[in-house]
Amino acid sequence: MAKPPASAAAEPAIPNRERPAEPQPYQASKDELLQFYKDMLLIRRFEEKAGQLYGLGLIGGFCHLYIGQEAVAVGLQSALSDKDSVITGYRDHGHMLLCGIEPRDVMAELTGRASGISKGKGGSMHMFSVEHKFYGGHGIVGAQVSLGTGLAFGHKYSEDGGVCLAYFGDGAANQGQVYESFNMAQLWGLPIIYVIENNQYAMGTSVSRASSEDQFYKRGESFRIPGIQVDGMDVLACRGAAEEALAWVRAGKGPIILEMKTYRYRGHSMSDPAKYRSRDEVQAVRDKSDPIEFVKRLLGEQGVGEDQLKTVEQEIRKTVNESADFAESTPEPQLGELYTDVLVESY
Amino acid sequence: MAIEIKMPALSPTMEEGTLAKWLVKEGDQVKSGDIMAEIETDKATMEFEAVDEGTVAKILVAEGTDNVKVGTVIMQLTGEGEEPVATGEGKSEAEAPRIEQGEAADQKGEATPEPKQVETGARQLFEAASHTAEVDSPEVPAGTEMVKLTLREALRDAMAEEMRKDPRVFVMGEEVAQYQGAYKVTQGLLDEFGDKRVIDTPITEYGFAGVGTGAAMGGLRPIVEFMTFNFAMQAIDHIINSAAKTNYMSGGQMRCPIVFRGPNGAASRVGAQHSQNFGPWYASVPGLIVIAPYDAQDAKGLLKAAIQTEDPVVFLENELLYGRTFEVPKLDDFVLPIGKARVMRAGKDVTIVSYSIGVGVSLEAAETLAAEGIDAEVIDLRTLRPLDRKTVLKSLAKTNRLVVVEEGWPTCSIASEVAAFVMEEGFDDLDAPVLRVTDEDVPLPYAANLEKEALINADKVVRAVKKVCYRQ
Repeated sequence: MAKPPASAAAEPAIPNRERPAEPQPYQASKDELLQFYKDMLLIRRFEEKAGQLYGLGLIGGFCHLYIGQEAVAVGLQSALSDKDSVITGYRDHGHMLLCGIEPRDVMAELTGRASGISKGKGGSMHMFSVEHKFYGGHGIVGAQVSLGTGLAFGHKYSEDGGVCLAYFGDGAANQGQVYESFNMAQLWGLPIIYVIENNQYAMGTSVSRASSEDQFYKRGESFRIPGIQVDGMDVLACRGAAEEALAWVRAGKGPIILEMKTYRYRGHSMSDPAKYRSRDEVQAVRDKSDPIEFVKRLLGEQGVGEDQLKTVEQEIRKTVNESADFAESTPEPQLGELYTDVLVESY
Repeated sequence: MAIEIKMPALSPTMEEGTLAKWLVKEGDQVKSGDIMAEIETDKATMEFEAVDEGTVAKILVAEGTDNVKVGTVIMQLTGEGEEPVATGEGKSEAEAPRIEQGEAADQKGEATPEPKQVETGARQLFEAASHTAEVDSPEVPAGTEMVKLTLREALRDAMAEEMRKDPRVFVMGEEVAQYQGAYKVTQGLLDEFGDKRVIDTPITEYGFAGVGTGAAMGGLRPIVEFMTFNFAMQAIDHIINSAAKTNYMSGGQMRCPIVFRGPNGAASRVGAQHSQNFGPWYASVPGLIVIAPYDAQDAKGLLKAAIQTEDPVVFLENELLYGRTFEVPKLDDFVLPIGKARVMRAGKDVTIVSYSIGVGVSLEAAETLAAEGIDAEVIDLRTLRPLDRKTVLKSLAKTNRLVVVEEGWPTCSIASEVAAFVMEEGFDDLDAPVLRVTDEDVPLPYAANLEKEALINADKVVRAVKKVCYRQ
């Protein structure tokens, strides 16, 4: 069950330390709100389509969908500048779309085609776009935390003013390398926002069964990294937290942790029957806390009519269907590609 | 415009399933996210969600129907007419002749099977794994009753039997208890042995491999399950530096009787980070026992041996084999010797040496070769460290030709090791160079066609065998 987030930043265990201010909900203009809606809806429809293509055998292997968690990535990434970098785990499709990567390039990777973002060689879990400063797409739980810390090291080293947004889940938060990275990041004052997407379940294991401290925003305390807990179902709260976190990091104060309380509607991957939670639990979140319905209501209050929303819906369905058609019809890689890209140079 | 809803593939290896329950009925409105049906796969019961909005026009496959092939049209949904999704949907499927092998579903509502399985390398491996041993196992007494078990059941039974006998044995790993195993290998163990002995860990491989190793040093007999051996790379320090070397460094005082087990090697379309054979890595380490069985009988007998031995064991399973059914002897305590290869098929013209899923590929190749007049002997190494050189050399002395088949990279492989010892100890018996048939020397690609090209298959084995036989 998506518990309401604890109110504020970590209560100061060590009081004589500067802490970030309590984030305020973002005051979005009507246009911004509409953009949030479009971005979230694009991710949802894209993921539903991916699930459907998986069921048709067009996508193989593991496929992890982001449905339910859309507000997190949309709220956070809408606050980034083009200097900033993003890295995440294998539930990566949504983050990629928000980096500006074409839906069809992502979908074609899911179907393993030559025009996919990784030329069909990576698949759902392993996608990258250096051009869009999206550094993966990593299949090993927790690996992206150290890698993201390295990206932040690079931002500081080259003084490019960038911040790394490194996403990981409540499950990955128990990997040892996370804490080794926390220590170095704070020690060296690296510009990184550690985003813990707490969707309540690490595959089939609920947070309470896997984590001795289940308030993840406190996980940086012993490294002197401040943390903020955020309602990850509320895109305005997410964006507000991003503003606060970015201000902290850009001011040279070192890393910060954002714990985003969210929920994934689907199984861990397409092959997870999700028997560890009840159907009612999932339905209750859908009914009460759906991030897209929330924005839809706000838009209604601002006078955006059903017709306009329906047009948005149709445009998005069209984009998604076109990318699916493209991903189904564009050719597989040439067999010669098997041996390309193993090494860069010839020896 | 009617949208055809088809039986989905809900796991990488699913071919058919049971339509266990409909949660909607004809005339119901559905919208994306609604759960329409429960479908049972080989591993689990899955919920099937609607993606499109519309009205359920017709349910074409009744609930309770078994063996519904993936791709069968199971219901028709009437869309909202102008909704672009409806037309887009029908169009995109009609435009996919590549996978559309069956006829289009007819209007009378008869379910038409539509096999949608993409040809992949993993699928070839999976198909090859339907081959079973053709030679009786010397370890099974004549006349023993045989029962059919899947590989995953055989592994579970091995653990359960040892846990009943020895209270020091326990299982730990990710999702082994309440979830019943990520691949359902530990199914039922929590119910029988409780949460003291069947322990869910957080996702923290380095930590729990170390905890298991420490527990073994202190006198317990842990079975540590890795969800896959790809994730054991996070923990390889404890497997090698802590577990493998302890007995030696302590002058034989401190033992480490632990089993590290889980799936290894390529699965289906899971890409480069989840498709690796670590057999050669672990087999290079003195102080470890490394076992990689092919069929259920060997998996059971060798896992029991692994749990019983005083030495640390890396036990490499194969996900594609978990659901395969094999004959297993019905014996109270069936334990196989570690370090003994097994002749799976007798032959006189050429020796094919392999292990794990490569054995199925080798047996399939042997069948093809037999039709062409080449009589191949197939040997399953079963244990990768220590290697049973004797069985391989004995066969070579008879056939004078040798091919090694390995689902893994060629460089520094088990195949390389076999070629090396055969040259050192069996040189005079060789009438042709030893050939290696392995995966291509690249990270495993995701694209179906590239994956197929990268992995071993029976054709590649047949070609190598003909080469060492100087045929064609």
